[in-house]
Amino acid sequence: MSDTQYTYAVARTRALETTLFSSATLDQLMACKDYDACLQFILDKGWGGEDVPRDADAILASEESKIWERIREMGVDMKVFDVLSYTNLYHNLKAAVKEAYTGKSSANIYYKNTAVSGEDMARIVREHDYKELPLGMQKAAEEAMDTLLHTGDGQLCDVIIDRATMAAIMKAGRESSDDIIRKYAEFIVAEANIKIAVRGAKTGKTLEFLLRAMTDCPGMNVEQLAHAAASGPDAVLEYLESGSYAEAAEALRVSQSAFERWCDNRLIEIIRPEKYKAFSVGPLVAYIIARENEIKTVRIILTGKQNGLPDDSIRERVREMYV
Amino acid sequence: MLEAISGNGWAILGAALAAGLAGCGSGLGVGIAGQAAAGVVSEDPNKFAQVLVLQLLPGTQGIYGLLVAFITLSKIGLLGGGLVDLAAADGFMIFAACLPIAIAGLGSAIAQGRCSAASIGIIVKKPDQFGKAMIFPAMVETYAILSLLVSILAITSL
Repeated sequence: MSDTQYTYAVARTRALETTLFSSATLDQLMACKDYDACLQFILDKGWGGEDVPRDADAILASEESKIWERIREMGVDMKVFDVLSYTNLYHNLKAAVKEAYTGKSSANIYYKNTAVSGEDMARIVREHDYKELPLGMQKAAEEAMDTLLHTGDGQLCDVIIDRATMAAIMKAGRESSDDIIRKYAEFIVAEANIKIAVRGAKTGKTLEFLLRAMTDCPGMNVEQLAHAAASGPDAVLEYLESGSYAEAAEALRVSQSAFERWCDNRLIEIIRPEKYKAFSVGPLVAYIIARENEIKTVRIILTGKQNGLPDDSIRERVREMYV
Repeated sequence: MLEAISGNGWAILGAALAAGLAGCGSGLGVGIAGQAAAGVVSEDPNKFAQVLVLQLLPGTQGIYGLLVAFITLSKIGLLGGGLVDLAAADGFMIFAACLPIAIAGLGSAIAQGRCSAASIGIIVKKPDQFGKAMIFPAMVETYAILSLLVSILAITSL
């Protein structure tokens, strides 16, 4: 009976899904003649709000906030969704470490809706009071801060925190009883490993650096991937083609943006079966991911229109929708 | 062993289980479907009437249990005022006759509630498919009706 705890939230999510943009809606958005017409289109669809300025960044930020407001209103245990915000949470740690090191504070460098707020993160790192952080984060925060203070190497600091992010996501996936969270975690970590391998191969990183930056995940031999990356970009593609990430290699051969698009589309494919489930937390996780994907796609279209990119070029970047 | 409880005691226990277990199942089933209905109505109040029908479907098992309990209590004369003195074996048979609706009522109502909650998902996405959405939980009802028939036939034949 425990799976019925999400019945209310899932049904409410089903109702919310009816307002998600479909591919046809995106076609209509693409057909708008300019940036202003696009803005008007999304405003007509109910995006933004009365007190939100007529500005893409403000509208999209307000939509991102709405996702979490809606989920909170459903009264479910928000800890289940922590794994989705780990990337933002650890980004905040990175920002706080660099802010503490340089002594310069910048506005709007922290993500909202994370388990530890940006302000708290800045204070914790400034005061070296790491025990207030989640367990898995404490060691990474201390190590990153010490490394930066002793070596001044910002890239190494980033590697330490990025690896901790992926380890936290993988751990959350392994420990979760929900299949969707496990699959999400495995894919996010695999995606990060591929990105590290590709960038590492292009910039000639050492095998030691690559092994340190990558995280073990099912379906991917990290050691082989790191060796391939140390050999060069072609070796990375060859390794990917030989395994279950052949499509990723195909996308990488086209361009980096084609790969980014493949990653987002693959994630939507992973969550798509949740459309047909009436119980469990899966449909809620899927809704959050789908909504974030929708907002990202609208941002891509708006940016393209604003910069006068040809429609074909924008279309190449448009993601697949959940509904 | 049977004589530890009087015949009337067995019969009343059967009636209590029929009404109690089937009622419990209906409560849980209607509750599950109600959560889904509330979730939909909180976003789209126009669907209230459609989801209400689906929420009510698992409520019938409770009514069936109540019906069997009434028949049982009438059979032993508890409702009519002329309480008969049943032998323990006769009372036990009435108790056994109450079990089909008690057990199937409990299980089918919960299953129907889950099915109704899933069908409410159809109403949200495709309101024009209300008829089809109704059929899925209605199929579960078949087994509650079969157990109701067995219970009534057995009690009235005794």
